[in-house]
Amino acid sequence: MELGRHLNVKILSYSEVLEVEGEPGRYRVRVKEHSRFIDPLKCTGCGECPRVCPVELPSEYQGGLAKRKATYIPYAQSIPNVYAIEKAERPPCTMACPAGVNVQGYVALTSQGRYQDALEVIKRDLPFPGILGRICPHPCEGVCNRELVDEPVAICGIKRYVADRVKSGNGDTKTTVAERRPERVAVVGSGPAGLACAYYLALRGYGVTVFEALPVVGGMLSVAIPEYRLPRDILADEVKAVTDLGVEIRVNTPIGGDLTLDGLFEEGYKSVFLAMGAHGNLPLNIRGEGAKEVVSGVKFLRDFNLGRKMEIGQKVVVVGGGNVAIDGARSALRLGAKEVSILYRRSRQEMPASDEEIEAAISEGVTITYLAAPIEVLVEEEGKVRGLRCIRMRLGPLDASGRSRPVPIEGSEFYVGADMVVVAIGQVPEAGFLESSGVKVTKAGTVDVDLLTLATSRQGVFAGGDAQTGPWIAIGAVEAGKRGAESIDRYLRGEDLRQGRQLREKAKQWDLSGIPLGQETSPRQHMQHLSVARRKAGFEEVELGFSEKQALEEAKRCLNCGICCECLMCVAACKAQAIDHKREDTISEFEVGAVIVSPGFEEYDPTPLYELGYGRLPNVVTSTEFERILSASGPFEGHLRRPSDGKAPRRVAWIQCVGSRDPANGCGFCSSVCCMFAIKEAEIAREHSEQPLDSTIFFMDMRTYGKDFDRYYEQAKTVHGVRFVRSKVYGIEELDGTGELSVRFTTEDGKTRREPFDLVVLSAGLHPPKEGRELAEKLGIELDQYGFCKSREFMAVDTSRDGVFSCGAFNGPKDIPETVMQSSGAAARASALLASARHTLTRKKEYPPEKDVAGEEPRIGVFVCKCGINIAGVVNVPDVTEYAKALPNVVFTDNNLYTCSQDTQEIIKQKILEHRLNRVVVASCSPRTHEPLFRETLKEGGLNQYLFEMANIRDQCSWVHAQDPTGATEKAKDLVRMAVAKARLIEPLKRMAVDLTPSALVIGGGMAGMASALNLADQGFEVSLVEKSERLGGIANRIHRTINGGDVQAYLHQQIDRITNHPKIRVHLGSRVVDSSGYVGNFVTRLNVGNGTEEEIRHGVTILAIGGQEFKPEEYYYGKDERVLTGLELEEGLALHPERYANCDNVVMIQCVGSRNEEHPWCSRVCCAKSVKNALRLKELNPEMNIYILYRDMRTYGLMEDFFNEAREKGIVFLRFDPEDSPVVTKVRGHGKDLLQVEIKDALLGERFAIDTDLLQLATAVLPPEDNKVLSQFYKVPINQDGFFLEAHMKLRPVDFATEGVYLCGLCHNPKSIEESISQANAAASRASTILSKEKLETEGAIAYIDKDLCVGCRGCLDVCPYTAISYVDEKAKCEVNEVLCKGCGGCAATCSSGSIALRGFRFDQIYAQIEKAFETM
Amino acid sequence: MDRVALSTKSDKVGAVMVVGGGIAGIQASLDLAESGYFVYVVERAPGIGGVMAQLDKTFPTHDCAM
Repeated sequence: MELGRHLNVKILSYSEVLEVEGEPGRYRVRVKEHSRFIDPLKCTGCGECPRVCPVELPSEYQGGLAKRKATYIPYAQSIPNVYAIEKAERPPCTMACPAGVNVQGYVALTSQGRYQDALEVIKRDLPFPGILGRICPHPCEGVCNRELVDEPVAICGIKRYVADRVKSGNGDTKTTVAERRPERVAVVGSGPAGLACAYYLALRGYGVTVFEALPVVGGMLSVAIPEYRLPRDILADEVKAVTDLGVEIRVNTPIGGDLTLDGLFEEGYKSVFLAMGAHGNLPLNIRGEGAKEVVSGVKFLRDFNLGRKMEIGQKVVVVGGGNVAIDGARSALRLGAKEVSILYRRSRQEMPASDEEIEAAISEGVTITYLAAPIEVLVEEEGKVRGLRCIRMRLGPLDASGRSRPVPIEGSEFYVGADMVVVAIGQVPEAGFLESSGVKVTKAGTVDVDLLTLATSRQGVFAGGDAQTGPWIAIGAVEAGKRGAESIDRYLRGEDLRQGRQLREKAKQWDLSGIPLGQETSPRQHMQHLSVARRKAGFEEVELGFSEKQALEEAKRCLNCGICCECLMCVAACKAQAIDHKREDTISEFEVGAVIVSPGFEEYDPTPLYELGYGRLPNVVTSTEFERILSASGPFEGHLRRPSDGKAPRRVAWIQCVGSRDPANGCGFCSSVCCMFAIKEAEIAREHSEQPLDSTIFFMDMRTYGKDFDRYYEQAKTVHGVRFVRSKVYGIEELDGTGELSVRFTTEDGKTRREPFDLVVLSAGLHPPKEGRELAEKLGIELDQYGFCKSREFMAVDTSRDGVFSCGAFNGPKDIPETVMQSSGAAARASALLASARHTLTRKKEYPPEKDVAGEEPRIGVFVCKCGINIAGVVNVPDVTEYAKALPNVVFTDNNLYTCSQDTQEIIKQKILEHRLNRVVVASCSPRTHEPLFRETLKEGGLNQYLFEMANIRDQCSWVHAQDPTGATEKAKDLVRMAVAKARLIEPLKRMAVDLTPSALVIGGGMAGMASALNLADQGFEVSLVEKSERLGGIANRIHRTINGGDVQAYLHQQIDRITNHPKIRVHLGSRVVDSSGYVGNFVTRLNVGNGTEEEIRHGVTILAIGGQEFKPEEYYYGKDERVLTGLELEEGLALHPERYANCDNVVMIQCVGSRNEEHPWCSRVCCAKSVKNALRLKELNPEMNIYILYRDMRTYGLMEDFFNEAREKGIVFLRFDPEDSPVVTKVRGHGKDLLQVEIKDALLGERFAIDTDLLQLATAVLPPEDNKVLSQFYKVPINQDGFFLEAHMKLRPVDFATEGVYLCGLCHNPKSIEESISQANAAASRASTILSKEKLETEGAIAYIDKDLCVGCRGCLDVCPYTAISYVDEKAKCEVNEVLCKGCGGCAATCSSGSIALRGFRFDQIYAQIEKAFETM
Repeated sequence: MDRVALSTKSDKVGAVMVVGGGIAGIQASLDLAESGYFVYVVERAPGIGGVMAQLDKTFPTHDCAM
């Protein structure tokens, strides 16, 4: 892929077009480049970040059969070789957490068993994971998307596991404390808010003193939450983590008494954080509340938590529904109460206490009465409580809190006996005392603050936690503490308190489109609980935490909603410092003259076809997924395995037309490629299988219509034993638990059968890309009914908008060669449009003059690469560098973190200068990817680029010997020694610049030749067009309509007109090529232009477009009965004399006459569509006509399938015959005339019957041109066994010949439609213009040369040269290399028996030196 | 922001934008870049190559698709 380093190509990957404005020739474009969160200029693609990334996602590249990380490159050889971090919006869990703890981050790390890292992520926002892991009501779990699959992830339990696990090993996170600051800060209150504030201030370097009114540290954590929920050693341990940072905590030191706020400032504290909590209790406000046995919940919990002596009643009633109520009830039970009940005025649904707590209370024996409230405490005469008078409630309309307001039900009073009542209906802060110190308090009794900064009305004083919010959850208080620390830090530094800060967004309804749903359910893990008996016996912790296995399984349930979890492990791992999680999208704006759209296709997702089992049955895969299964870089490393259990399958089935040829499902088109795709996969699967493989392809029509496809099909069938079953598949089921599949199908005879398979491949169709519609809107182009790009008649690459061209599968399903042809064709169209601006924006690089090193002693510089830790993690790089120093001629050595990085290139250039280096060796990775870069650096450094050598100590050393660092280091030394040995002998090589004639010769004046000529002329090049007949147009003269209804004759005349009037085109009619010589850039061709006159033409390129021939059969009375016509003849007849055919009653068309047989083993490709076209035309003339098309396979590929469907709808009868039982035509006498009778054995019904026909159309073959052989000799280009010209590469170079400068198009390549011919013709023009647009042609440097003294003229090299670069010179009796044509493959050098040929840069002495050094140990 | 200076020789712009970096876009881009035009390739994925990069081997020679 040379695109990545092309000077005149800018790749904007991870990008989308936003807008295209303007007109042909000048468009203004806006493109958005999505942030990769990685600087592409710094990223070296070393692969360290995915190693530490904990987020695993299905790999798109591997068809979901393997995983990739959230930071990834699509595949190893991807261009650019730069990682991208995929990120969605922040996940709901983090958004719902009041403290914004990175839940996905620590859950993902936990899932990988990286507990220490997980703890570090937690502690960025929460210093008390052990505490909150126990008592947090976890709002995160309430919004967890996993609930859509089964149940939310048990996030809180995972956090607790991480904290306990790390601490049980006496570990903790490494904390880095900032430089010590002089200011001291006072924090009032040691609850979660105060401690968090102290912690984060201490981290920022401040001295902090915490003032606590109570005798214990922890606030509510210590005096409200019972020990069975939060063991005090856990609390103490996490408090210690705060004091370990130097924070001083003074207990029994309330503010408000002797010590005032002013006093704190006087003592020298520069700022104060108020976090006193909310320890006041809301009263019931009912009669009898003053009794001694009525206590507040907060006081009750505080007293026993502080160990104060207290009396517990036998029958305790707790009023309230929050956690304090539940804690009170459960504690009372533990303190000896016989009966404990809870009264709550709403229903269970509204109860604020967490479900786990309620459940635990009930299981311990607490009874709960819902919808009931006390209205009086009943007190005996001696003042003792004896019970409560209560009333039932019902739920009324919603109140301000969004809950239903409880309304008393009249007359529903009832009595509850009790000797103790705990009132826990709510807490309030007691902040009133602050007002005298200049701190404003709200009506609700909370401290009044700026909600963003937490600043109070008094300068330097901030407040947070329950004291500011009223009673809330601990995690909210922690956030306030952290936010307060940030504000105080800013305040003390004199910075703006507000800048860049905003209130946290609320969790919102989530877009789940990126989440891999439909996955297997796995139930939420549950912790072990202490037995109820042991619970009641004391205050032992009830919840026992997860086991490691549970924690891991639970963490693996996370769906990774945010994709990247922002754990930031990659940031630390990236040695190139390329990662920036705040990096933003960039918008670029630029101008272009034309746009080419080629977004490709989307493989059909067969999940909706439930009966085929895709998505349900693991052993049902799509063709692309199977392609990955076969690939050496795939999930099974090239071993044929099935996904369910990794077993090697023995029976594989392919099911064709899944999401194709299916009008009922909105995809009536044929996907064109799947038949060949399936056969190829069957063949490759056979090669990959370790055992004999049964391959079966279930199909409707076998559409192997491309060049050489039929031959491949026949070979698969007859030689390789692939079984082809003409059938319709109805369903696939799995045989219980075995992974084995049963395929149910109906064959042509109407019988339904079942067959077992181990693996089924669905040949999924090629659908328009998902983004196609949006893209079309932005570009202003029209799409067809399926969503493919609408193209113009005769010009498949022209869209509905001028100046915007399209190509590839976006224009309709097509295979690789068709795609490549169309793409070159689109380039040609753009090129013609912009010819006047050619070379105006291209860049040419200037290099410093090349230093002459001739005669100099080699001075070698060796640069050894660490490749981050890719090499250095295994190979001892300093050792190798040191070793290189001692090698002969080495004058400089260095090692680099990344030798390929931009700054290292500068270093190399500088060292070349400084140390007068004249050879450079880089020991790093593969020359395949990096040699061009280093050669470029040498050029920039003033050295000949060939004075460079590479040693691959990564791919071939550190990667493969990761287990053996010592051995790898030794091997790296060997490789470096060998490279240096060769470097001593290398010499500068020259590239020559050769002049060229910027004109083209096009041979053949048919549709294809004309299209090529016109395009090149429009591009501004001189063209000579040679036609042997006296008339332009070729076979198109006989074609009238395309299947889409396009007027061929009108178009043809328009083309001829343009050709004859084009100033750049010279037409030679009645002319033939008689001789040609020369090579790319400089051909000389002699023409016989008639009357024995010859003309010489000089041209830089040659295009062969000499067409084909129509097969004239000798069978079926052709030529002997005027009722028998070829397809072309009928087409002409229908156009010129339609009346002759209007009265036919019966018409028969026989397909494959002269095609797909032994003599012509190819499919003629155009005949099926032509017959359908003619049949539809006949139906138009006379709808009553009976038309029978006798066929072998109907090959109306691509969008032409619509016409096949139309024909069937119109009653045209399609009868299939087997080639062994071809139709027979006889003449019989009947009804007083000669009847033409066609007898056919219908393969479908198995019946033989005869049709009397008025007209017999023979769909005859397309044959190669008669002049193929002579032209192949003139231009040294090959023809294949069928007589068609043979292109350089059947997939990727479909219009090039291996011989440079000669191109082909049209029927002489293979049978094809007019439209396809024109596309290919434009493609040929495009390829030709890559030569013609150059000022000079540059030769390769590393090419072959022949030592004339040694050459014996045996000509062995001529046969092996794929580029026809070697010729034999008669007069010298020796061979010669054409330096322009030679590509330096070295084939000749290896062949030459006299040893006269060598390849520059790979001379024998150079290679021998390397080999010798390989065996030398120093 | 990446701006390309306007050319003065022609009222047309000697650059082309190719949307989609699969085999189709790559072929069109290479042809244009080799024919004297500056090419911007806009690809949705983090890397170019498209579907062809996923193929193991191709017909008829069973060449590696890479």
